[in-house]
Amino acid sequence: MNTPTDKTLQSRRRFLENISRVAGGATLYGIGLGLYSQQATSLPSQSLRPPGVVNESDFLSACVRCGLCVRDCPYDTLKLSRLGDAVALGTPYFDARKIPCEMCEDIPCVKACPTGALDPAMQNIDDARMGLAVLIDQESCIAFQGLRCEVCFNVCPLANKAISLNRTHNQRTGKHALIVPVIHSDACTGCGKCEHACILEEAAIKVLPARLAKGELGHHYRLGWKEKKKAGESLVTPDLPHKYNLPEGADYDYEGEGLIPAPGNNDSPFNKSAIDRLNEGLK
Amino acid sequence: MASSVTSSKKAGLMAVKNKGWIKAHKWLLLRRLNQIFILSLFLMGPVFGIWLVKGNMSSSLILDTLSLTDPFVFIQSLLTGNVAEATALVGALIVFGFYALVGGRVYCSWVCPINIITDIADWFYRKLNSKSPVSLSKNNRYALLLAIFVVTVVSGSMVWELVNPVTMLQRELVFTMGFSWLVILAIFIVDAFISRRAWCGRFCPMGAFYGLLGRVSLIRVNALNKSACNDCMDCYVVCPEPQVIKPVLKKGDDLNPVILAGNCTNCGRCIDICSEDVFSLGMRSAKFIDVKNNND
Repeated sequence: MNTPTDKTLQSRRRFLENISRVAGGATLYGIGLGLYSQQATSLPSQSLRPPGVVNESDFLSACVRCGLCVRDCPYDTLKLSRLGDAVALGTPYFDARKIPCEMCEDIPCVKACPTGALDPAMQNIDDARMGLAVLIDQESCIAFQGLRCEVCFNVCPLANKAISLNRTHNQRTGKHALIVPVIHSDACTGCGKCEHACILEEAAIKVLPARLAKGELGHHYRLGWKEKKKAGESLVTPDLPHKYNLPEGADYDYEGEGLIPAPGNNDSPFNKSAIDRLNEGLK
Repeated sequence: MASSVTSSKKAGLMAVKNKGWIKAHKWLLLRRLNQIFILSLFLMGPVFGIWLVKGNMSSSLILDTLSLTDPFVFIQSLLTGNVAEATALVGALIVFGFYALVGGRVYCSWVCPINIITDIADWFYRKLNSKSPVSLSKNNRYALLLAIFVVTVVSGSMVWELVNPVTMLQRELVFTMGFSWLVILAIFIVDAFISRRAWCGRFCPMGAFYGLLGRVSLIRVNALNKSACNDCMDCYVVCPEPQVIKPVLKKGDDLNPVILAGNCTNCGRCIDICSEDVFSLGMRSAKFIDVKNNND
């Protein structure tokens, strides 16, 4: 066996020194980059991704920050994040309150993407899920004050599917209706036209990332009426019709006429007319 | 020999005297023109509405047909575990093949806009006759490159593209300018006053990546005419990676006269600055003996 010469010992030592320096340096850089990336990849809730982004982390690993989607966006909706913006550097996003997505039928942004970060499998723009509109402030939405507005409903590209109008009672006046927008998450694409069009100083309807906008029911929950529908019948002893404790022959119609006296029996304590009853005095 | 060595301030005077200013700056001028030409191709669209090239240097679409992707950015994307579309893969392979042909770090010296900044910083450095207070190892860039690859795999996210000044600057030049100019200013200050050639030669992992490609690339600078060398050392002053010149200027006909070191950027400044025309561009297989035969 050859004994190593001074020279080979020296070069071996230098080699080991260099390797350990590079490894040490790499560790330091790695720690720095790792920590920084934790913060830098969090997406502000008002910043929405283009159509075709299914999940943020998959998107971030596929997007090469080329801006081709931004270039092909005919409405200048999409922006590329610049240094100083809160969105991951160089990635496309839009702010619905400024310029919403116009939901082009040919989806040019998705077609322009060279990496598939915007999923080319998405053929129909109605399948996009950029976020979910939420009527976030009922206290300022004028529809909830009893005023007619319905602007968000009218601009919605999927009106009656993504936003519908619901009539309820106006408890303040006691005699008017409230006509309020209701959003349906199964159809809303998150295009943001509602948020953009909201007539308030600060929109009462906002598009949020689905992760913020949606709740999730505990998976152990079983909703009786759904289970009943699935099974086609009640899973427990069926409900008996409610039995009212009423005078012979009388009936009660819930959500209808109310008390129905037995036919031919007119000895109700109440007269037909409330005014007549008052006028009778305390006889 | 010491008497023939010019001070770094005066490097190039002999070349200008012997060859004229234009010839002594030929490759430099061509590089600057090329860098500006490429940027203006990208800017023609947004400024004049002439869309010859769309996107940016990370990925672009040329004449609505040819799609190119930067292989360094592409590899980061692959390392996150993402399987990209064929468009990006083909685009990255084309660019990879191109630089394998013309020299890996040709990207650095002929394309990258930061090179303009760091070259100016180095010009300041030389004119001020500065001494760097901080000197960093040239291997630092490999440490950073390694860290980037590891963290990209572990985190599943393209971490370097969150800070990469190279892609950041040219993206913001072509799209809208954010605060990337502050990063560029920082790079300039470090290069000019704190640590010479720190960015391109010590930090930039993109340069390190293309340097690795340069180790096998076809077109290389050679010193076939090294017998004419008068040891003026001007090439060492202007070369952004002076360590690559040393092996080819060693005396001896049996030594390979081609710069094989991957970190040679094929910038051609040594060709410009040499008053005796020692250097030229050629194939990596260029043989010393050929020139001798030609000269004879």
